[in-house]
Amino acid sequence: MMKTWQAGKRLLPMTATLGLILAGCGRQDLSVLRPQGPAAESSFGLMKLSITIMIVVLLIVFAIAAYVLIRYRRKPGQHEIPEQVEGSFKLEVLWTVIPLILVIVLAVPTVQAVFAAGDDHSDDKNAVKVKVTGHQYWWEFEYPDYGVTTAQDLVIPAGVDIAFELTTKDVLHSFWVPSLSGKIDTNPDGSTNHFSFSAPNEGVYRGKCAELCGPSHGFMEFKVKSVSKDAFTAWIASMKAPAVMPEDPALAEKFKSACLTCHAVGDMVGSNGPSLTGIGSRESVAGILLNDDTGVDGAPILENLKTWLHDPQSVKPGNRMPDPKELGLSDEEIDGIAEYLAGYTLE
Amino acid sequence: MDWITTVDHKKIAILYLWAGGIFFGIGGLEAILIRIQLIKPMNTFLDAQTFNELITMHGTTMIFLGVMPVIFALMNAVIPLQIGARDVAFPFLNALGFWTFLFGGILLNLSWIMGGAPDAGWTAYTPLSSSSYSTTHGVDFYTIGLQIAGLGTLIGGINFLATIITMRAPGMSFMRMPMFAWATFITSAIILFAFPAVTVGLVLLTFDRILGANFFETSGGGNPVLWQHIFWIFGHPEVYILILPAFGIISEVIPTFSRKRLFGYSSMVFATILIAFLGFMVWAHHMFTTGLGPVANALFSVSTMLIAVPTGIKIFNWLFTMWGGQVRFTTPNLFAVGFIPTFTMGGVTGVMLASAPADFQFHDTYFVVAHFHYVIVGGLVLGLFAGLHYWWPKMFGRMLSEHLGKWTFWTFIIGFHMTFFVQHFLGLMGMQRRVFTYLPNQQFDLLNLISTIGAGLMGVGMLFFLANVFITSRKPADAADDPWEDGRTLEWTISSPPPEYNFKQTPLVRGLDAFWKEKTAGHKGMTPSEPVGSIHMPSATVHPFLMSVGIFIAGLGFMFSRDDFGNSFMSFLFNNYIVTALGLLITFGSMLMRSLFDDHGWHIEPEELEGR
Repeated sequence: MMKTWQAGKRLLPMTATLGLILAGCGRQDLSVLRPQGPAAESSFGLMKLSITIMIVVLLIVFAIAAYVLIRYRRKPGQHEIPEQVEGSFKLEVLWTVIPLILVIVLAVPTVQAVFAAGDDHSDDKNAVKVKVTGHQYWWEFEYPDYGVTTAQDLVIPAGVDIAFELTTKDVLHSFWVPSLSGKIDTNPDGSTNHFSFSAPNEGVYRGKCAELCGPSHGFMEFKVKSVSKDAFTAWIASMKAPAVMPEDPALAEKFKSACLTCHAVGDMVGSNGPSLTGIGSRESVAGILLNDDTGVDGAPILENLKTWLHDPQSVKPGNRMPDPKELGLSDEEIDGIAEYLAGYTLE
Repeated sequence: MDWITTVDHKKIAILYLWAGGIFFGIGGLEAILIRIQLIKPMNTFLDAQTFNELITMHGTTMIFLGVMPVIFALMNAVIPLQIGARDVAFPFLNALGFWTFLFGGILLNLSWIMGGAPDAGWTAYTPLSSSSYSTTHGVDFYTIGLQIAGLGTLIGGINFLATIITMRAPGMSFMRMPMFAWATFITSAIILFAFPAVTVGLVLLTFDRILGANFFETSGGGNPVLWQHIFWIFGHPEVYILILPAFGIISEVIPTFSRKRLFGYSSMVFATILIAFLGFMVWAHHMFTTGLGPVANALFSVSTMLIAVPTGIKIFNWLFTMWGGQVRFTTPNLFAVGFIPTFTMGGVTGVMLASAPADFQFHDTYFVVAHFHYVIVGGLVLGLFAGLHYWWPKMFGRMLSEHLGKWTFWTFIIGFHMTFFVQHFLGLMGMQRRVFTYLPNQQFDLLNLISTIGAGLMGVGMLFFLANVFITSRKPADAADDPWEDGRTLEWTISSPPPEYNFKQTPLVRGLDAFWKEKTAGHKGMTPSEPVGSIHMPSATVHPFLMSVGIFIAGLGFMFSRDDFGNSFMSFLFNNYIVTALGLLITFGSMLMRSLFDDHGWHIEPEELEGR
């Protein structure tokens, strides 16, 4: 008993050191190893526990292997036959029982965490409900309590539990924000999934699609923006404001006939494509062209919009948006729409 | 012609090895292309569609057409010899199994030149694999090609079950069987129960795609999650179909080169059976993120973790087999010794993945890619190379060069760890799998570069192996009966390569490690259990080949049965199922001929045996 406890005590600093080493890995807004919310922390805790146990197991196996391979190499001139050992009941019981104990040590917190993760907050009045819909290759976020729908950027109030309901319009996708939570698949209607996470800290987190969904699977990225409660309320209000249309009436007409058949701005609803309301305030164009005025991670939004609108297929192969040129838009009109969209910002 | 009509298990083994080797090479080249594409962020070496076709074909080819046939090659080459039999129970079926596998594999790979390879991943999850989202014939090649190849595997599994149950030499009780024979026996049993699941799944998917059925179509009342269940009820046991033979090989190689009997033989047998048993009740751990709910996730987490126990027993038994022995570092033993730590690493990440809440993060990332490559390459492929180097003299009568063998080992294993160790971290840092490229500034760049260099090194290792095979094939066939000098089992009691009939007289088995027992008793060979007599041999036949060609033609015909060829004659042939009917006619006609005309085989008379 004493010995087990001592072994346990020795594990503690190892777990701590391990945590420190792993925390050095990856971007804060992306890495599983730098959890930014309770759901991700729960997964990370289990990872640390399992990695620690497993490193101990590995060290034992490696040590025995190294010892055996050095100590019992066949030396030149060695001809006598080694003793033919049948086995050893004690040893065999030992290495059956110890792994069993290790498995139990890992299984108990696993089962606890599984049931904890099963709490999806769908009946929680304080939770913000979000309906996530996967599309080839973009994400739709609907806030049923507020009557707001957006795309690509999921805006949530910091520290509040978000109750997700996830589904897909086409193939399977998987909704994953590594630094906030584990992933869950978006299945077609009939096997809709529910889950929940929260982001205590304000910030922008990177999200990805984790289930192969076609050629642009790797480009089906999104962002989670965790903002203060006030900012969230303000965002909802500005999302519900009347649509802003291009100033030039000719361009507005073109935009209406070519783009709004699928897309929505404000209360003008098209339902096949991602909503464009407030696209000028988003973190990216099409989820993959990052808006960054400094040019480190991406390019300024206007440039990104032009890149996208002039040739959507080259940015995201296999995506469902028709080429604007085939819809009868000239290069100038495309640039005009890009400028209008880049300027369509929210408070 | 001799090779097309042969029913000799030793020749079929070589056919399996050749075919498997070629497919393994194709799968390897696909892997190299994948790694070149991922060498740097936003690379444009491959386009997205081609990349998805490559990952799909790499996975499918490696598992079904690369490693499985090489496993069957070793089983065919070794099992009848190890149990003291003159052939397998059903030599005709053995040939049929090989030819259906080969034609299934050819059909699948024809997709590259016939309008596009499958692109929905080797798991072919619906709806992505349905005809609405995968519009080329790629997935049809997948379903029908695997169906035909799977037929061969199922036939082979049944054959080995029957062989091991009925054809063991006198005195060889089950608990005196070599570990590789045990592994083959259990593997065949898993095949028998697991392959029907994928057979059914592939039929349903084929019907969905070609006949417009709705098994997985939500709008028609189907459910895509059903496919995942069917696929993994097969898919997880498949992992054990792959790894158990490797366990068997390691359990042969390590005792031989430690000059000690296997430590804890009976617990090894018990562990093998337990792994097979547990292997059927863990499939949903591939589906933790599908949304099965906490009860299912908890149960499947715990059942998966339990597999660590029998696997751990095996690892320690191997280590303690070497303890107190005299370990020789021949090429086969290098691979076997390299297997132990490498596979253990794959095993421990497996336990980590079993913890569902942690798996929510691991799932579908490069962490999983690293895990299963540690198990399949670090486990199975190292095991296969150990087995190939070990039994090569028995199969071909020539010793592979030890010098080149060591080069193969070191380049391959260093390359392997370079490629896959860093992928654990890529996954944890947020890189999901099956992405054709990735954005810069995510701290993925360096690790991906290392990984690609490692893959190149593994390729170099394979070139060393090919060179070794080529050089060895030009040397005289002069391997001794017991070339490693410490052979323990029956295959080392006869010449290398063995005569057509294997054993002139069936040996009498007096214990585990039958040959070793005789050697330590001071005997030169086995005591025969029968007088020299006339040996009954099966006749060579072209029917297995013809049957497989027929199925191949029928499969192609069915696949294109809804196509408009823009040519009335071709459309007439295909749309009225005439091509399909023709193929089936060849197959069933061939079966009929086989049934109507009895072939009693032939005999090798004692005089001929003495004459040799």
